[in-house]
Amino acid sequence: MAGWTVHEGQAVVLDRRDVDTDQLIPARFMSASRAEGYGGFLLHDLREGEGDFPLTRHPQASVLIAGPNFGCGSSREAAVYALVDAGFKAVVAESFADIFAGNAVNNGLLPIATAQAAQIRAELGGDTARAHIDLGSRVLTLGSSRIDFDLSDTAQTKLMNGWDDIDLTRAYAGDIRSFRDRRKSDHTWVWPKA
Amino acid sequence: MGTGDCTVPGAGLMQTLLDKLWAAHEIRAENGQSLLWVDRHLVHEGSHHAFARLADRKMAVAQPELTFGVADHYAPTRQRDSIADPKVQVMLDRLDANCRRHGIRLFGLGDPRQGIVHVIGPEQGLTLPGLMINCGDSHTSTHGAFGALAFGIGATQVAHVLATQTLWQAKPRAMRIRFDGRAGPAVTAKDMALHWISRLGVGGAAGHAVEYAGEAVRALSMEARMTLCNLSIEGGARFGMIAPDQVTFDYVAGRPFAPEGADWDRALQMWQTLQSDAGAVFDIEARFRMEDVAPTVTWGTTPDQALPIGSCLPDPAKLDATQAEAARDALDYMGLQPGRPLEGTPVDQVFLGSCTNGRIEDLRLAAAVLRGRRARVPGLVSPGSMLVKQQAEAEGLDRVFRDAGLEWTASGCSMCVGMNGDLVAPGQRCASSTNRNFRGRQGRDARTHLMSPVMVAAAAVTGTLTDARPLLEGRI
Repeated sequence: MAGWTVHEGQAVVLDRRDVDTDQLIPARFMSASRAEGYGGFLLHDLREGEGDFPLTRHPQASVLIAGPNFGCGSSREAAVYALVDAGFKAVVAESFADIFAGNAVNNGLLPIATAQAAQIRAELGGDTARAHIDLGSRVLTLGSSRIDFDLSDTAQTKLMNGWDDIDLTRAYAGDIRSFRDRRKSDHTWVWPKA
Repeated sequence: MGTGDCTVPGAGLMQTLLDKLWAAHEIRAENGQSLLWVDRHLVHEGSHHAFARLADRKMAVAQPELTFGVADHYAPTRQRDSIADPKVQVMLDRLDANCRRHGIRLFGLGDPRQGIVHVIGPEQGLTLPGLMINCGDSHTSTHGAFGALAFGIGATQVAHVLATQTLWQAKPRAMRIRFDGRAGPAVTAKDMALHWISRLGVGGAAGHAVEYAGEAVRALSMEARMTLCNLSIEGGARFGMIAPDQVTFDYVAGRPFAPEGADWDRALQMWQTLQSDAGAVFDIEARFRMEDVAPTVTWGTTPDQALPIGSCLPDPAKLDATQAEAARDALDYMGLQPGRPLEGTPVDQVFLGSCTNGRIEDLRLAAAVLRGRRARVPGLVSPGSMLVKQQAEAEGLDRVFRDAGLEWTASGCSMCVGMNGDLVAPGQRCASSTNRNFRGRQGRDARTHLMSPVMVAAAAVTGTLTDARPLLEGRI
C-alpha cells in the first residue's frame, strides 16, 4: 500500500449519524475478492433508495463529511475497502467506532474525528468544497476554513508510509518468541489440551 | 506501608480486571500502543481477505495450534448436501482450503461440533478465563464473559495475528456497568443489554472496555453472561468482560479443550486473581437498577432505539433536533406511526438464534412459551451450534418448535446477517433474537425488532410485539 502525506480533493456531505458498516457495504457483496473492486458496493442500498444521493451526484469526491459514530457495528474491513475503492482518502465525523477507525488507518484511509464536523455539514449542505489535507501538520483545509485534527503518532506514521503492521512487528520477533516460551512454561494450561 | 509514605496506601496498585488482563498479554509498549500476545485466534469464512494477504506475502501461520477455523457466517441451515448458491460454496471451500493449507483445526460443516464461533468456543472449552481471544468479528466480546480479554478485529489485523500471533492495540479506557437488584420475570440478559444501550447510546461506551458487575450480573448463568458481553459492541465497546467466579469455573470444567489435572489446578489459581481490586478506578461508572429493566424491544434502526414493551413509540415532534431526525428516519424505515403503542405491532415472521441468543437456555425459555401453542406467523429456529441442536432434540424442544409451526434448522449465523441466504424479504417485519436492527441487516429493506428469545416466542404466539410475561406465567 502506498503512503500519502498531502491530499487535494473534493469534500461531500453524508448528513447521517451512526452510519453502520452494514450500510457502508451490505453483507451480500462481501464474498467478492478485493481484486474485483469494492467501490461499487459503497452505501449500495442507501444510494439506490435515494434518487438524489450526494455520493452519486459527486462521484469525484474523496473526502466524506459524516455524522457521529461513523462505522459502527460489524468489524467488516470491507466497509473500508468500499470507501477506498470508491476513491475516498478521508472521512470527517464527530466520532468513529473503534474497530472502523483502526481498519481505516490500516488501509490508508484517514479518520478525522472533530467536533467541527456538525458545523461543516451545516455549512456545506448539498454543496462540495475543495479539501486539502496535510498529514504531516495534521491540518484539514476546507474552502477557507482550517481545521487542526488529532491523529496518533502511530496512525500518522502508518498512513504517511503506507506501512503494514506485519513489517513493523517483524523487528520484535525475538521478544515475541521469548514471551511465547515464557507463557508456555509458566502457564501450561493456556495451550489447548485436545 | 512504610511510615512517611504520604500517598494513599496501595494507590496505583489497585488494578481493574482490564489492567490485569492487559498486563498479562503485553509483550511491549510503544507510542501508546501495546504489542499483545494472542492465546486463541478464531477464523471463519469471512477471514478470506486475511488469508489472501498472507498468501501475497508467502507467509505461514505462526501458531496454527492456537488458531481455530469455524464455518458459520455462510453455513447453510438447510440442505447442506447440495448447496444451491455457488457463492456460499466458494466461501466454505476457501475456508476449508486455507485451514488445510496452514494446518488449522476446522469445525467445518460436516463436523458434529460445528456452530457459531462465539457459541462453540465456550462450548468446546477453547474459551477460558485469562486468555486473550481474537476473531474477525465484532461480537468476539462474547468471550469476555469468562474474564478473558476478547475483542473483534478487522481483516488486516486477522492477517497480522495469523502471521505473528500478536496484535498492536491501544489500551481502551475502563468502564464499569453495574446492575443492582434482581431481574423480574421474563427479564433476561438481553433486556439488560438493550436497557443500558438505550440509556447510554450506541456510542456510549466507545473507546472503553466494559466490565459488568453487580448483584444481577453475579446472578446470571454463564450463557446469560455471554449474551450481555456479546452486545457490548452495540453500545460502542469493543470489549465486554465479567470477572470469573464459581459459575465460570463450573461451566469450563470438563469441556473438551479445557485444562485438567495439575493444569486445571494451576489455571484455577490464576483465574481466582482475575477481578478488579476494591478501590480500582474506572474512567466511567454507570449504574442501573433491575426494577427499571423490563422486557425490551427495539423500534428503530440502531440498537439504542429500544423501549420497554409497554411503551409508546417516540414522537419526533417531542424530541430534540439531533434525535428527532434520526427517529423520524427510523420510524419511516420501520413503517411505524409515532406515538402508537409498541405492543400489538403486527410482525410477519420470527427468528430465534445467533451468537447473541442461540444457546440451550435461550431455546428452553422460548420453548416454555411455545409449548402447546401455535405460532401465528412463520419463523426459523437455528440453534447456536450443532451440539446445542442435539441437546435441544434430546430435551424434545425441537418438537415444541415444530408443533408450533416453526422451522427447525441446522446451526449458523443464519438470519442474523443473511449471508447464507436466510433473509427477511423487503418490507417484512421480523421479531428477532439477534444483535443488529440496522437497515438491511437481515435483508434489503427488512424491518428488524431486537428482543430476547422469550419475547420472540411471545411474538410468534400472538403475531404481534407482545409482553411475554403473561404467556410465561406458571411455565418456568
